[in-house]
Order: sequence, then C-alpha cells, then structure tokens
Amino acid sequence: MIETTSAAPAPLPLKSRGEGGGRARTRSAGWTGALPLLVFVGLAFGVPAAALLGGAFTAGGAPSTANLTESLRGAYLTAMLSSVKLSAIVAVAGAVLGAFLAQAVVTSRLRALREAVLTASGVLANFGGVPLAFAWIATLGNSGVLTTRLGLGDLGWNLYSFWGLVLVYLYFSVPLMVLVIVPALDGLRPQWREAAQNNGATTWQFWRHVGIPVLTPTLLGGVVLLFGGAFAAYATAAAMVGTVVPLVTLQIADALAGNVLIGHENVALALSLDMIVVAGLVMAVYLPLQRRSARWLR
Amino acid sequence: MQSSRTRIVGLAAVLTVATSLGAACGSAPATGAQTGASASAANSAATATSAADLGGLDKLVEAAKKEGQLNVITLPPDWANYGEIIKTFGEKYGIKVNSENPDGSSADEINAVKTRKGQDRAPDVLDLGTAFALSGAKEGLFAPYKVQSFDKIPEGQKDAQGNWYNDYGGYVSIGCDAKRIPACPQTFADLLKPEYKGKVAMNGNPTKSGSAFAGVFAAALANGGSFDDIQPGLDFFKKLKAAGNYNPVESTPATVQNGETPISIDWDYLNSGYTDQFAAKGVDWKVTVPADGKYANFYAQAINKWAPHPAAARLWEEFLYSTEGQNLWLKGYARPVLLPSMQSDGSADAALVAKLPKVEGTPQFPTDAQVTKAKEVLAAGWGAAVSG
Repeated sequence: MIETTSAAPAPLPLKSRGEGGGRARTRSAGWTGALPLLVFVGLAFGVPAAALLGGAFTAGGAPSTANLTESLRGAYLTAMLSSVKLSAIVAVAGAVLGAFLAQAVVTSRLRALREAVLTASGVLANFGGVPLAFAWIATLGNSGVLTTRLGLGDLGWNLYSFWGLVLVYLYFSVPLMVLVIVPALDGLRPQWREAAQNNGATTWQFWRHVGIPVLTPTLLGGVVLLFGGAFAAYATAAAMVGTVVPLVTLQIADALAGNVLIGHENVALALSLDMIVVAGLVMAVYLPLQRRSARWLR
Repeated sequence: MQSSRTRIVGLAAVLTVATSLGAACGSAPATGAQTGASASAANSAATATSAADLGGLDKLVEAAKKEGQLNVITLPPDWANYGEIIKTFGEKYGIKVNSENPDGSSADEINAVKTRKGQDRAPDVLDLGTAFALSGAKEGLFAPYKVQSFDKIPEGQKDAQGNWYNDYGGYVSIGCDAKRIPACPQTFADLLKPEYKGKVAMNGNPTKSGSAFAGVFAAALANGGSFDDIQPGLDFFKKLKAAGNYNPVESTPATVQNGETPISIDWDYLNSGYTDQFAAKGVDWKVTVPADGKYANFYAQAINKWAPHPAAARLWEEFLYSTEGQNLWLKGYARPVLLPSMQSDGSADAALVAKLPKVEGTPQFPTDAQVTKAKEVLAAGWGAAVSG
C-alpha cells in the first residue's frame, strides 16, 4: 500500500512498467498455488467428460453418431424441449419473484424480518429431492391435506402436471434467488438514489437507468443458476410426476439404471452431452452480457 | 508479502494432496492382501458348477462358513419376504450378509458386476429381471452353477448351463384400499370408470420399473393385444390418463398407507405383502388378479463370475432352492419356481399356497424377442401416451 502511494507521483511509463512486473510475478506464483485445484478439476470433470464423450460416440462397439441422432428425436427430443421450457420458466419466474422479495426485505426497517427471511432462504434453497416431493404430495396431492379440506380437486387442481412441477421447483428456486441477490441490493449505494432524486429523477427513472443496469449481472447470474438447478433436478420430479412431465434427467435415469431397458446406456451418455451443450449455450448468452454490465459494480 | 502468502497457500495445498495420496496408498495393500487370502482359500469354490464338485453340500457349507460373508445387492426387505430370507440364511450358517442398495435395479446389479471385478465389495449373487439375466449370460458375467434341485426347475425357466435360473414370480394384480374405495376394481376395464379419478397408480414408470412394464403388458392383453403387440396397453393408459384416472405417483408402502395411491397396479406378491403390513394400521388392502389381463413373470438368480465369496454365493443358491428357501418366498406371497414340484411331493406349505391370490389356468410367458420388441415400442411411445 505505502509503496504504491509513494510511486504515484512518479512518471507514468515507469509506474506502469513497475506495476506490470509486479503483477506478472504474483500471477506466476498464483498459478502454482492453483495447481492442486486444477489437478482436482481435471480429475473430477475431465475423466467423466472423457468417458462421456467416448461412450456417447460409441454404438455397438464401433465409433458412431447413432446415439446422438437417437437422443435428438422422438420421446427424447420431447423430453429435452420440455426440460428446457420448464427450466426457463422456473429461472425467469424465480428470479423476478426472488428479486422483489429480496428488495422488500432489504428496504424493511425490521432487522428481525431480514434475518428470518435470510435464514429461511438458506434452509429452503437446500430443500429438495424426495422429501420435498412428499411434502407437496401430502399437502397438495390428490388426497393431500389442503386439496381435501378446500375441495381443490373439484376445482381442477392437479399437482401432477407441468405447472404443478413449476410450483414445486419455485419453492426452492425463489429462496436461492433471494440469497444470490441480497448482497447486490445491499451494494446499491443510497448516495446514488439521493443523487438521482436531487436531479429530479422519479423512482422508475432511478431503477430504469441506475438500479437495474447495476443489478443486471447478478440478476443474470441468478437466472443462469436457477436454470441450471431446475435443468438438473431429478429426484423430486421422479417421485412426483414420473413420466407425465417428460424430462431429460428422467430419461437418462430410465436408460441408465432401470429394470426394463437394456443397451441404452450410450444413449443416456448422448443425452448428457446434449444437456452439457444446452448449459453451455445458456452460459454463452450470459457471459457477454455479464461482462458488459459488470463495469458498473467496480 | 503477497507472493509469500501465495507460496504458503500453495505449500499447504501440496501437503494436503500429498497426505491424502499417502492415505490412499496406505489403505491399498490391506485390501490387496485380503483379496489374495480369500482367493486362495476358495479357489475350488470359484469354479465349482455343483455342490458335488466340492465334495457335497457339507463341504460347501464348511467353505462358505470359512468365508463368513456374503454380498447381496438390490434385495428390498419388504419384497417377496427377502428380509426374513436374509436373516434366516445368516443365522443358519453364521454368515454375515452385507445387503447393498436395496432399492436399486437390475441395471445397477450388472453395473456393479462390471465395475467391481476383483474387489471385495462386489456383489456375490444377483436377482435379475429375465432380460438382464439373458444379456448378462451372453456377456459371460455369471458363474455357471447347478443347485441340487436344478432338474426340478421347469424347462424354459433355466439356462441349460446353469448361468441363471428363475427364482420366484407372480401375476400383475390390482391392489385397492377398500376403506377409501367403495367398490374395488376387478378388471382393467373397471379402472376406466369415472369413480376412480386420480386414483390409479403403478409401482414406478414402465420404462424403468419391471412391475410397471408388466402392468402395461397385462393391460395390452386385456385390450386385444398380445405378446407380439403391446400397443393396446399404451392406448389403455392413454385413455386412463385422458379420463383423469391415471395417478403418476410411484406407489410405495408410504403412499399406499397415506391414501395417495388408493389403487395400485403391482406384482401380486407386493400388493399381498402390503395387506399384512397395513392390517394393523387400519388400511383394508384388497388384491385381485384381473381376469382380463393375466400376465406373469419371474425373476432370475445368477452368481457373479468374479464373486469375492464364491462358496457363500453357491450356498446362498442352495438355500434359496431348498424347501425352506422356497417356502420363505411363498410366505412373501411370491410363487417360487419349484412350487409345481413341491405341490406334487407335498413339501409346499399348503396354508401359504391357500393365501395366494386366486388365478385360473397356467401362466404363459412372452419370448425374449417379444419382450425386446415390446420394450422398444414402450420406450418410444410411453411418454407420448401419458404426458401432457
């Protein structure tokens, strides 16, 4: 710290050269420090990825693209589209609802409310799988407590449908979004709002030109995170809707580990590869947008 | 300052990796030694194709006791009385039975055999769907072994070399909670009645669960299909879904008990097992084998070719195919493969036979080719039939 302040008045080229040299040195040292992590990532992701690629492009013992073709038609294609649709709806709805909830909590004067909501979010964001499915089945299933008490069945309520699954996924996605966005909302400086107000901006104008642009990276990150969570979810859907809502994760499980289908293992690997591609596409949309708006948070 | 800190972090990380590697190396020789010892002791058991090869059943018992352990996989305790079978076997011979992944599937079993060759924790014996037994035998994953009662197993329900043989089976049945359902359905046609809205479930989804697959086959037989044509079964479930009667929740003891799946298409031995289990809890569970869609199927036993406890694995098969073992399956409402011969020589427990759900006629089985074709049709069409 002291060194940099004393170097500040020095001529510009000298300073930049000095800084550059220092940065290079720290970077090389940093690389060796990160080596164990890189080795770990290489093993934990590289080996399965290689096995996945090898399997996906092998059919009947010979290299082939038959698995990929198979994974992109008929029931498998339906499942993939349904998965993407479900995840996209959950991601966008979850991000919007979560952002509003978080904003309400952040602007609230009640410290206890904030603590309670954040703690509850921490718990609920990790509540998933079969226990979650059974909690919903017991509450809102065909013979669930609320369904029978309120006579929801006669009103056409059906938990075991696409929208039922969206509702259940939102149950853990909204709290996750709250956890993601609260720090960013805390980072919106009150001075910016005061400055905007002093210049005669309305609340809408403040959000339109200052708030939302600053929050965009976090919002986008949240959407990507929720998309990934819903896209990869398996146990809840398996216990709750079976095949009524076709999902790619359920198809993979059927092909990979069942009592019925034999010899579909490599199609399952091809489906996994498709999932990776979809996730990659989502990231590809997110990254440039994120980079564009990230400068606001510096 | 900064760089020295990174160096410390790096050093710490390297140390962590080194320590964990060291720990891994330390444990490796122990496992190797164990495998070596058990392999030399049971060398002859690993290749024995009958108890006679080892000098009789007594010698087999001796060798199995020496191994002292048996690894079984995917045997749910509430499925065909497996809980009691495992317990009885363990107590009778003083062998510790390690039961792994009780809720797993046939595919899990085959995976475990393939990926754990030469490991101590590989499964010794397998209980497989017939199609998996056939494909596994083709791949050479099983050790051929003929139990003493091998000749009594009906033709067509065993591999000639003894790579696998059917163990127990049953019929597709309709279980029904008589407390919640005023008039229980007796046939597949009944299931379409409007009074069963949202109530008809299966044990899993038919592209994954063997019993649900059998349910679709039975529905096909009930609706003008045949072993060659499962499509009417898919059409039936499409109609069931359109009528609002299909309930996609996988039926388990828990969902049956709380009333979420008041009607469940499942193996008769599982449904009948629920009857006993729930009688004390106030659920009146009735089981019918529908007259319009009779479909029976058997599971198969096989021994892992690379079984870590080869003698215990063979003794387990001898136990299962003894009168005692077969009657234990019967006690779990399953129909053991030796039941016909046991009924003729009087060794089957008549009281247990009387408790089985009533079925007229003798069971027919589809051929392997017919099953394979039906599965392809199912895999392609099931999602379209019930989704939406």
